[in-house]
Amino acid sequence: MSVIEAPKPAASPINSKLIMPFVNSVRSVFSTMVNVPTTLGKPFLKKDPCPSYDVSSIIGFSGDITGCVVVSLQMKAAEQLVSAFAGAAIESSSPDFADAIGELANMIAGAAKKDLGHAARISIPSVIIGTGHLIARLSDVPCIVIPCQTPSGDFTVEVSIKPVNQST
Amino acid sequence: MRLLLVDDSRTMRNIMKKTLDTLGGVEFSEASDGHEALKVIAATPAGFDLVLVDWNMPNMDGITLIHKIRDTDKKTPLMMVTTEAEKSRVMEAIKAGVNNYAVKPFTPEALLEKVTQTLSKAKAAA
Repeated sequence: MSVIEAPKPAASPINSKLIMPFVNSVRSVFSTMVNVPTTLGKPFLKKDPCPSYDVSSIIGFSGDITGCVVVSLQMKAAEQLVSAFAGAAIESSSPDFADAIGELANMIAGAAKKDLGHAARISIPSVIIGTGHLIARLSDVPCIVIPCQTPSGDFTVEVSIKPVNQST
Repeated sequence: MRLLLVDDSRTMRNIMKKTLDTLGGVEFSEASDGHEALKVIAATPAGFDLVLVDWNMPNMDGITLIHKIRDTDKKTPLMMVTTEAEKSRVMEAIKAGVNNYAVKPFTPEALLEKVTQTLSKAKAAA
C-alpha cells in the first residue's frame, strides 16, 4: 500500500532567535537614550535590495555570525531622532548627523549581539545618505525587516545575518 | 577634576560630557581613538582623574588602549563605556585593568552612578 504524505509546511525564513534580540535592543535604545515612543510592527521577509528609506547605517557581523544589519530611516525621522538622541538640533547637512545615525545603529547591533548566543564581532558603522541606494547583502541569507514607527516618522531595522557553518 | 573621554562618536562624547558636567568642576579632554588618547595622555603631565574608553573604535580599539595605558600606569582609574555587554568581554576588560564597566545604552543616572562609584573607590584607595 502506498502512503501519500501530506506536504510539509515550508520552514519560516524568520528565525526568532536571530530577530528577537534586535526587537529588544531597539526598544532598549529608544527608551533609554532617545526617549521617543517607538512601536514595532511584525517582522517580515524582504527581497528588494533597496533599503526601506533614504538614510542607512550598516553594521557588519563577523566571527560566529556573518552578515549585516541595516538601520534605515526616513530623512525627516532621522533628523528628529538624532536631535532627540543628541539633545540638540542636528540637520542632515551637519557632519554630526552621520555620526549620530551610526552610533544609534552601533548601539542597536551591540545590544542585540549579547543575546544572539554566539561569539560575534560587529564593525564600525558605515552611513549612506541618498534616495534609492542599493545594499548588496549575502545572497544566501534572508533579510528580515522589523518595521518601527515613532511620532517623528518611520524607520526599519533590516536583519540579514546567520550563524557561521549553518545553512539558512 | 580632569576626565578624558575616548569614543569615536562625537555625539556620544557630547552626551557623556553633558551628563558628567552635572558633577561640577569637570575639565574634559577628548579623543576619537586609542592613538589619539595616548597622545592626549602624554601631553597631560598632571594626568586624569578618570579615563572613559569605548571598545570599538577605528585605528586603535579600547581594549588595546587599556593594555597600553596599564603597561606604564597602574593608578589612573579606567572605565569602559561600550555596547560590548557579553560576560567574556567584561572579564577581558577587567583582566586588562579597567576599574569599572558601563554598557551602552545607558541612562544619565546609570552613567553618573558608575562614574561616581569609580571616582569614590579611587579616592578611598589613594
